[in-house]
Amino acid sequence: MREGYEVIYQKPKTLTDNKMHYCPGCIHGTMHKIFMELIEEMDLQEKTVGVCPVGCSVFAYDYMDVDMQEAAHGRAAAVATAIKRMLPDRIVFSYQGDGDLAAIGTAETLHACNRGENFLFIFINNGIYGMTGGQMAPTTLEGQKTTTSPFGRDKKNSGSPLKMTEMVTPLDGVAFTARVSGNTPANVRKAKRVFKKALEIQQQNIGTQFVEVVSNCPSGWKCTPVESMEWIVEKAIPYYPLGIFKEPGK
Amino acid sequence: MPAKGYVEILVDTCKGCGLCVANCPTQCLALKQDDTNVYGYHYSYMSEPEKCIACMNCAVMCPDSVITVYKKKS
Amino acid sequence: MEEKLGEIRFMKGNEALAEAAIRAGMQGYFGYPITPQSEVIEYLAAEEPNHDYTLIQAESEVASINMVYGGAAAGARVMTTTSSPGYSLMQEGVSYIACAELPCVVANVARGGPGLGTIQAGQGDYFQAVKGGGHGDYRQIVLAPNSVQEMVDLTILAFDLADKYRTPVLILSDGAIGQMMEKVELPEPIPYKPDKPWATTGKTHDRERNIITSLYIQSDDMEKKNIHLQRKFKKIEENEVRYEEYMIEDAELIITAYGVTSRTSKKIVDLARESGIKMGLHRPITLWPFPADRISELANKNKVKAFFSIEMSAGQMVEDVKLSVNGVKPTFFYGRTGGIIPTPEEVIDFIQKKAGEL
Repeated sequence: MREGYEVIYQKPKTLTDNKMHYCPGCIHGTMHKIFMELIEEMDLQEKTVGVCPVGCSVFAYDYMDVDMQEAAHGRAAAVATAIKRMLPDRIVFSYQGDGDLAAIGTAETLHACNRGENFLFIFINNGIYGMTGGQMAPTTLEGQKTTTSPFGRDKKNSGSPLKMTEMVTPLDGVAFTARVSGNTPANVRKAKRVFKKALEIQQQNIGTQFVEVVSNCPSGWKCTPVESMEWIVEKAIPYYPLGIFKEPGK
Repeated sequence: MPAKGYVEILVDTCKGCGLCVANCPTQCLALKQDDTNVYGYHYSYMSEPEKCIACMNCAVMCPDSVITVYKKKS
Repeated sequence: MEEKLGEIRFMKGNEALAEAAIRAGMQGYFGYPITPQSEVIEYLAAEEPNHDYTLIQAESEVASINMVYGGAAAGARVMTTTSSPGYSLMQEGVSYIACAELPCVVANVARGGPGLGTIQAGQGDYFQAVKGGGHGDYRQIVLAPNSVQEMVDLTILAFDLADKYRTPVLILSDGAIGQMMEKVELPEPIPYKPDKPWATTGKTHDRERNIITSLYIQSDDMEKKNIHLQRKFKKIEENEVRYEEYMIEDAELIITAYGVTSRTSKKIVDLARESGIKMGLHRPITLWPFPADRISELANKNKVKAFFSIEMSAGQMVEDVKLSVNGVKPTFFYGRTGGIIPTPEEVIDFIQKKAGEL
């Protein structure tokens, strides 16, 4: 370190030293980072248990230095439900992609929210199935090309993209819903503030917290990381608006 | 006059995604075109270090946490 | 000095299983109603205010088994129960639980199948239970009660074996045992103190993070895991075989049966003996590990002439009997499907016919 300078930002200790396998520019890494920063800042490492999905982030437990369970595809909400019920004083979160949470896991997601299970859903929505090579997701935009919608998603055949945050917001059991992104520094900072709010709400035990992240997939979208952020601004956010949709007292 | 801040970048962990470069308000970062790291990526580096204002945008955006930001002590 | 009797009650099989789970210190029950075992969740729901466990009626059997996974991996004593169609939905979960080496108890109060089937008792899930209905090379301990008392005793044993070996344990019951009412003696509640340093309870500063997973993407790692699992299964095979025999010492014709058919088989042995046939019964209590060594021993006795597997299926356990007999003596099968319990008369008819042909 140079004389006269001090560190103002560095990798949190709650991230391991393992090199992340995510594609260059993938927002998974950014979200892992800000969430683990919070776990460190709020001194929650010893009491946090996470559930990771099947998808690109199947190895999240290699990067987040907290106790974690791998769930079967789509089942993270059920797994997290039981963890929180058995260990109610721990901070519990699930971390899922759009296939995991909104396709195969729709029932588990809906019912955990409906029961008001007191854990945090981190829903990484990039409108595509990255890990398996770029197939269509329930959240793929209309007209968006993927390997299973090579001519663009057709509403007649595949329905409209699902807006999960809007779907779970009206449920009584849900205490906090929000949609954030990681496409700009401002949005990354905002996302961290939203996660913090969610964790504080978990500590009050008043209902499910659900935070959707409008994310990217440079590999699947076949563009550069910088271009993928432009797609988020031009196409994704207009359909998946950002903001806090539900919070206690409002 | 020494810059307000500077960054250290882990060369071999950087994937050359370019998000730090694109989000730096003073454009003091660039991808090293004439060199690659052990994985073959054109890594990020301070091409114009005197322009750094320690805003931390680069480190905030970095998906791989390769950037440490330093600020001049007041 | 007289042994002190535990609490005596007249109970339905399903309810006895539920009460036994409570006394074994079960901390979480996650289940879905399905005939013929909905009494389990109903009993546990009614008893919940009196005890410390958590009960969730999950949205499906798929959710149930995954809640069991999460609760077990968090270090708790957890259970789910279901019947055949629901058990099919749980196969993925069981495979994950077996690979991640999580202790848990699952009960399948089996009914006739395949498909939606009937709500009467069935024994058509033997293959699924014993040979692994889920994918991959795994085994689970399978306990087969044949009385309401055994619904109690084997449930408590199931929790202990699950913890001892870090493995799922299946209680393979059937609709008849689940629904019948008998006198049971219930044990005192067992003080259960979990000691599971591997569980995900929160990484304290004195240890590395605990990861519960069944993902081993490098072939070497996957093979290592499989070798470890197989070693464990061998240990279980060497130590946990359980069976019961009736009139076996001088038996010439041996019936193998489990669950409800083993009860009728006792009657069959008695009737056969009355008409001079030296019949005996071998009743496996652990369907896995299967009492292969014992059946082989019986097969190699000079006086033993043949084996008869009596099942409420199209013939499933008979294959394991044949494997154990290893061709030394003939093995026959008699069974009914559709939830029909074979009557002693029709079985004796069949056995006499076959014995005559020997």
